[in-house]
Amino acid sequence: MARESLIKTYVVAVGLAVACSLLVAGAAIGLRPLQEENKVIDRKKNILVVAGLHDAAVPVVEAFQQVEVRIVDIETGEFVSEDKIDPATFDQRAAAKDPNMSVRIPAEKDRAGIGRREKYALVYLVQKDGQLDQVVLPIVGKGLWSTMYGFLAVGDDLNTVRGITFYEHAETPGLGGEIDNPLWKDKWTGKKLYDDQGTYKLEVVKGAAAQSGPGAEHQIDGISGATLTANGVSYSVAYWMGADGFKNLLERLKAEGA
Amino acid sequence: MAEPKTKDLLWDPIFNRNPIALGVLGVCSALAVTGKMQTAFVMTLCVVFVLACSSFAVSLIRNQIPNSVRIGAQITIIATMVIVVAEILEAFLFDISKQLSVYVGLIITNCIVMGRAEAFAMKNGPKPSFIDGIGHALGYGMVLLVVAFFRELFGSGSLFGIEIMKPVTQGGWYVTNGLMVLPPSAFFLITFMIWAIRTWKPDQIEED
Repeated sequence: MARESLIKTYVVAVGLAVACSLLVAGAAIGLRPLQEENKVIDRKKNILVVAGLHDAAVPVVEAFQQVEVRIVDIETGEFVSEDKIDPATFDQRAAAKDPNMSVRIPAEKDRAGIGRREKYALVYLVQKDGQLDQVVLPIVGKGLWSTMYGFLAVGDDLNTVRGITFYEHAETPGLGGEIDNPLWKDKWTGKKLYDDQGTYKLEVVKGAAAQSGPGAEHQIDGISGATLTANGVSYSVAYWMGADGFKNLLERLKAEGA
Repeated sequence: MAEPKTKDLLWDPIFNRNPIALGVLGVCSALAVTGKMQTAFVMTLCVVFVLACSSFAVSLIRNQIPNSVRIGAQITIIATMVIVVAEILEAFLFDISKQLSVYVGLIITNCIVMGRAEAFAMKNGPKPSFIDGIGHALGYGMVLLVVAFFRELFGSGSLFGIEIMKPVTQGGWYVTNGLMVLPPSAFFLITFMIWAIRTWKPDQIEED
């Protein structure tokens, strides 16, 4: 068979394509269980980090046993039974895109800039001595360049922030990326989401937050050079902790004296 | 063509015929992955693997590939290697694969890889092609690591994530250089490197 003949060209092209696709498919399928496991561990690790339970010496899967995973109907704030939706298989990110599993957010309310919001969300409850100690809630919203995915931990009074973390974003390293800076994240700890009347108040302010006086407990320092990212964080948290987000859940848990 | 020496195949591309410094190839990814030493290092390993294996594979079947589809055949082989590398990273080095994100996939478009397949592997045997691939990937990696060294040291005050100069944002004294954390700084650093190499080896200077 001549090297440049038409048949030879087809034979080589098809042969190469088949060989390469086998290799790619083999790698993708063979390694998928490991990759899925990595993703699950990574998410669990972030939940433990935001709840202040992460210890590098303890395997993530083991430490995660103290966390109770529930599915909540965001609108009513009620938990959804495991028979209806299984938390182990529920894909919240896919649900946010699925028209049957999500609702459109009217533009004037869409402070997080996400367009659609899932109807159900995974929340994580941490018990301590038989009492609810903290609730870890997922947050998502637009920063300057990217959609930021993170968690916010709320303490047992269901008002005080215990921690915040973003596990996925593509903000500029060194500027907006400073939302990952532990020193900045520490500034969230102890801040209050709502005032005495239950109105959402927490915000990231431009410049330095008030150290004392009225409202100081609702203010967090801005990040210099990253006003837009910091605003994105501020608005996203405001949306998710507001009446369209997890406020109903927090109020219900509070009313139940958890 | 005289059989090139293995030693020259391996070492020549590092300073004498560096793909970035002399050929000004592969600059795009050199900007993207050089913010931290660790990502630059892993990227180097990935490119060594991809370039060596793809050159080897292209060379193995070089006498079978019809001329009319040779570019398609090369890119198919390269893309396969890159996908395999990306999958392995995601399975075994998850944190690093998160940092490298899309850039591993973009090795496919790295001009050095296809350049070596077309310019060398199509004309030479598998063994020299393999070595040539490693050499050029190391030449590329050398530039990545040097650029990343300066960017991480002056941009974040650390090397391989280990703190060298405590930055102000962590409560230290070092005011980090904002330009260094942004990709365009790699342009300046690569330019300085090309200047340095061409001053050292004037035969690389191009005629006007």
